[in-house]
Amino acid sequence: MQIIDAADLDYRAVNEALREAESDFIIEGCCGQRFIAAGISGKNLTINGIPGNALGAYLNNANITVNANAQDAVGDTMNEGKILIHGNIGDAAGYAMRGGKIYVQGSAGYRAGIHMKAYKEKIPVMIIGGCAGSFLGEYQAGGVIIVLGLHKDGRRIVGNFPCTGMHGGKMFLRGSCEDIHFPKQVTAKCAAADELEEIREYLSEYCLDFGYSMDELLSEPFTIITPDSKNPYKQMYVAN
Amino acid sequence: MKIEGQVRIPSGCAISAVISKDGNKMSGEMIINSMKPMHDRSNGLGGGFAGYGIYPEYKDFYAFHMFFDSRDTRKECEAFLKERFEIIQSEIIPTRKIPEVTDEPIIWRYFAAPLKSVLASLQLEEKEFVAKTVMKINAEMPGVYVFSSGKNMGAFKAVGFPEDVGVFYKLEEYEGYSWTAHGRYPTNTPGWWGGAHPFTLLDYSVVHNGEISSYDANRRFIEMFGYKCTLRTDTEVITYIMDYLLRVQGLTLGEAASVIAAPFWSTIAAKTDLEDQKKHTYLRTMFPSLLITGPFSIVLGFEGGLMALNDRLKLRSMVVGEKDDKVFIASEEAAIRIIEPNAENIWSPAGGEPVIVKVKEGAF
Repeated sequence: MQIIDAADLDYRAVNEALREAESDFIIEGCCGQRFIAAGISGKNLTINGIPGNALGAYLNNANITVNANAQDAVGDTMNEGKILIHGNIGDAAGYAMRGGKIYVQGSAGYRAGIHMKAYKEKIPVMIIGGCAGSFLGEYQAGGVIIVLGLHKDGRRIVGNFPCTGMHGGKMFLRGSCEDIHFPKQVTAKCAAADELEEIREYLSEYCLDFGYSMDELLSEPFTIITPDSKNPYKQMYVAN
Repeated sequence: MKIEGQVRIPSGCAISAVISKDGNKMSGEMIINSMKPMHDRSNGLGGGFAGYGIYPEYKDFYAFHMFFDSRDTRKECEAFLKERFEIIQSEIIPTRKIPEVTDEPIIWRYFAAPLKSVLASLQLEEKEFVAKTVMKINAEMPGVYVFSSGKNMGAFKAVGFPEDVGVFYKLEEYEGYSWTAHGRYPTNTPGWWGGAHPFTLLDYSVVHNGEISSYDANRRFIEMFGYKCTLRTDTEVITYIMDYLLRVQGLTLGEAASVIAAPFWSTIAAKTDLEDQKKHTYLRTMFPSLLITGPFSIVLGFEGGLMALNDRLKLRSMVVGEKDDKVFIASEEAAIRIIEPNAENIWSPAGGEPVIVKVKEGAF
């Protein structure tokens, strides 16, 4: 396995090194270099240390494993591939992603999954193991966001204003979510068996990645949130 | 060639801070190193630092750090100061000549105490008098800027990248119990020496990443109370707001945070703690013009502590970490890890949730 020592490299040098690297490699000593693996395809990389903002932006098809926390804007506009984070992620993860997977063991900051979208066979999936900050799934247009609430610090599974402006896709929050206030334009209800079936494949992959059991994850009901097509966004600005 | 301000150089900002809760001294080198992984958040048009506990030998005197555009303005300003203060020490602030920092003004510092006779005749309390003097100089003396005016603390700022500004000011020679730092990426206002962060008044200093959309509403309100916004950028007004709320109005840090980053009315209405709900309603009603809207993450430095705060929508990043007696605050986790690889309890405060860290009583 090839090793890239990032300790004294700036983001440009790290990215040049990884473009020239073999298909499987490890970045050691990462500390804040931005745009790592932006737009790449066909590689498997592991990052030790803290990757900088916009990790895996425009990711085309590569597997990235981070053995620490990651900063802001992970998987910005990613197209395909998988980003696995053994820690927490910062704000605005998966901004406008249109394909691929972001699986996070820990918690997410504000605005995770903002403006996620989907097209035909492209269905992006984000799973957050702990809790998510405010504005989760803001302007969500497609794809699947799942939050498991496995954190143990007593915080609510999601902060304020989840699903603001949501108009497509699905969100699953583990638990009954009675204390969460959702906007009028979405419907939140207990997920039925066939709805859970849709995400079984993702959850089972997540369990394999992080060593959880499906039984444990499914021991609680899930709340599913979808846009309410009977109550669309209208007359917000002008009568139309 | 057009200078920055006439031409727009599209370019975030970076902030970082460290404090020892035991009051242990740290050289400025640590905070300079913290800024390095965030280099790309700045564009070289401003960098600065504030250190607390750095002047123990002059701790009872106000330390005025000043920029002058010429020897004449300095002489003129010194004459003005001597009528109002006993100056016990005046000197050039030591700097290094480095190619990364150029076109510096004359940079001077004075350790001074207000003359008792002047205070008595004006019937002003000492801090109020010093604040008024700073406002007068910055507003009325062309070519002179007071960029630091607290006791046992000081700001150091310049046009350049922060890590170079730290070298320029020889910060490794200073030792403080807390430090804040800023790397600037000016978006709407000129990159000039007075416009670099921190912005200070008395012992308050503010470093800010963001952009205040309520600036003019805030400025018009605060200028009613004798503050004058002269430094051609938005962050300045935050410093004066904090001075007004904390020193003049006597609010606690938490209350001041609830004024400038007030929760939405819907969030206040949903509070189950009725006392808390009443308090937030009161603060929003009393100080509506001091609500700061638009993105910000700030660190407020003050004697014996730091407060970090995000805007209520959390439109800027900020992480906090700890290790032993130290607490770290930065725009990015990398800035903490580079100086403390084993930092623990890394977390991101929610929007409007202040993080207040104080040095143990008597340790500074």
